Amino acid sequence: MADTPLQVSSNETPAPPEASITQLLIGSAKRAVLQVQEYSYLAAQSITNVFSAPHYFQDTLEQMDQIGVGSLPIVLLTGFFIGAVMVLQTASQFVRFGQTSLTGDAVSLALVRELGPTLTSLLVTGRCASGIASELGSMLVTEQVDAMRAMGTDPSRKLVTPRVVATILVLPLLTAISDFIGLVGGCVAAVFSLRLGVVQFWTRAIDALDFADIMQGMMKPLIFGFILSTVGCYRGLTVRGGTQGVGRATTQAVVVSSVLIIVADTFLTKLALYLAGKFF
Amino acid sequence: MEATISFRDVRLGFDEGDIVRGLSFEVFPKETLVLLGETGTGKTLSLKMAAGLLRPQEGDVKVLGRHVSEMKEKELLDFRREIGFVFQEGALFDSLTVEENVAFRLREEKVPEEEIEPKVREALRFVEMEHAIDQVPSELSGGMRRRASIARALITRPPIVLYDSPTAGLDPVTSQTIIALILRLRDIYGVTALLATHRLQDGFALANFHFDTATHRVVRNQEKRRGDGPDGESSTRFAVLRDGKVFFEGTPEKLQAVKDPYLKRFLV
Repeated sequence: MADTPLQVSSNETPAPPEASITQLLIGSAKRAVLQVQEYSYLAAQSITNVFSAPHYFQDTLEQMDQIGVGSLPIVLLTGFFIGAVMVLQTASQFVRFGQTSLTGDAVSLALVRELGPTLTSLLVTGRCASGIASELGSMLVTEQVDAMRAMGTDPSRKLVTPRVVATILVLPLLTAISDFIGLVGGCVAAVFSLRLGVVQFWTRAIDALDFADIMQGMMKPLIFGFILSTVGCYRGLTVRGGTQGVGRATTQAVVVSSVLIIVADTFLTKLALYLAGKFF
Repeated sequence: MEATISFRDVRLGFDEGDIVRGLSFEVFPKETLVLLGETGTGKTLSLKMAAGLLRPQEGDVKVLGRHVSEMKEKELLDFRREIGFVFQEGALFDSLTVEENVAFRLREEKVPEEEIEPKVREALRFVEMEHAIDQVPSELSGGMRRRASIARALITRPPIVLYDSPTAGLDPVTSQTIIALILRLRDIYGVTALLATHRLQDGFALANFHFDTATHRVVRNQEKRRGDGPDGESSTRFAVLRDGKVFFEGTPEKLQAVKDPYLKRFLV
């Protein structure tokens, strides 16, 4: 083709050959395996970075403030009402057997073992995994991550590790606060709805708990924190397609983290019950 | 004389196909090589490969005597401290102030705080932005962001500066200001530069003007100064990229004299 003033390039792009269904499936499988490999590498790096310099303590503290203190209002609010609604639901069954005094036991066990860690992690996922993915994704598309690398700074140390460490440290604390506030909410509901005594409720709630229950409730958020922060970072640092890609990565970060947390919860519960039977 | 930057048969592609297809060129000390080309010809990729931000699939990239394409990421992090990179949109950290952006590299290198402020002020004075030291990037205009980015790149006085379309999207007056800054950086500090652009006038401005340290003004070159950089003077050459490789390489005079219809389109 002859060159003309309006012609941008004389190279004609050949039409891509049509791919078969088998090729598409193989391509998708390869991409999935690659993503798992990249995620595993980033997740492992985020932890190994802790054991060598440089360390970014200031960034970690800032992230603890953003993730921990920033999530406190929603954790308090939802924790209180979850505790209250647990009391109302369990009491409606216990009342049939005249055993409303057991409400404190049931709510305490459910909150500390399961609902506290899982719901707190899911709430923090909604707030922070999305925040991490969108923040890092925006940095990536505006070349800020490349700029950081160009100045000799490792983004996995400066951006990923502080977020992962901060989330792992603050999530158990948030869970503990959520458990306590949940019991306060349960107590309020028990006192006003079931006419139970405050001392009676708290005595039963505390007596129902073993050391193994508290271990189970505090172990889970460590793993959940690791999952939500690494998935958020991975999705943010692998954004493709500009601002639209950032939106997609944010959604994916929340969806993938939430699903992984619930799946991991099943296995962690099984493990915790096994360990409780073995050691406690 | 050994080249400061050398590309030999470099290839790089993505899912969509090869973008850089056998790219070879050299940049010598104190020289500015203007990479000219349409969008998608591999200019930005070349700069990123020179800084080790991207790894070529084939070929060799050698910068400051080191084979960048064979270095590990940890070695590259140390190596990149010797290179200044000015990104297309500035790529300033938007949560940090101008002062924090410019001082970023110094703080990473644990330079004492009392030494940082004078250096940051000096760099910002160089780009005439000392007044904006406490502003955040969202409060700056496009031109100011580029100037802050240049200040950030020169804070450690790197021997090499890579410019990725430093005047793209700017009005002519602001573009002139940016080019004048690049001239000053070149003529005062003697940096070797690789400048990617699709604007021919930027390249010619670098070739035809210099910063006069006596009068502190950008002035047009005398005839003897133009060309290949005699007596160690800084010089400017062009490399026009087409389809991922060098289509033309030479002095501004040689480019102006070409008859090739593709190259002539750049000269219109």
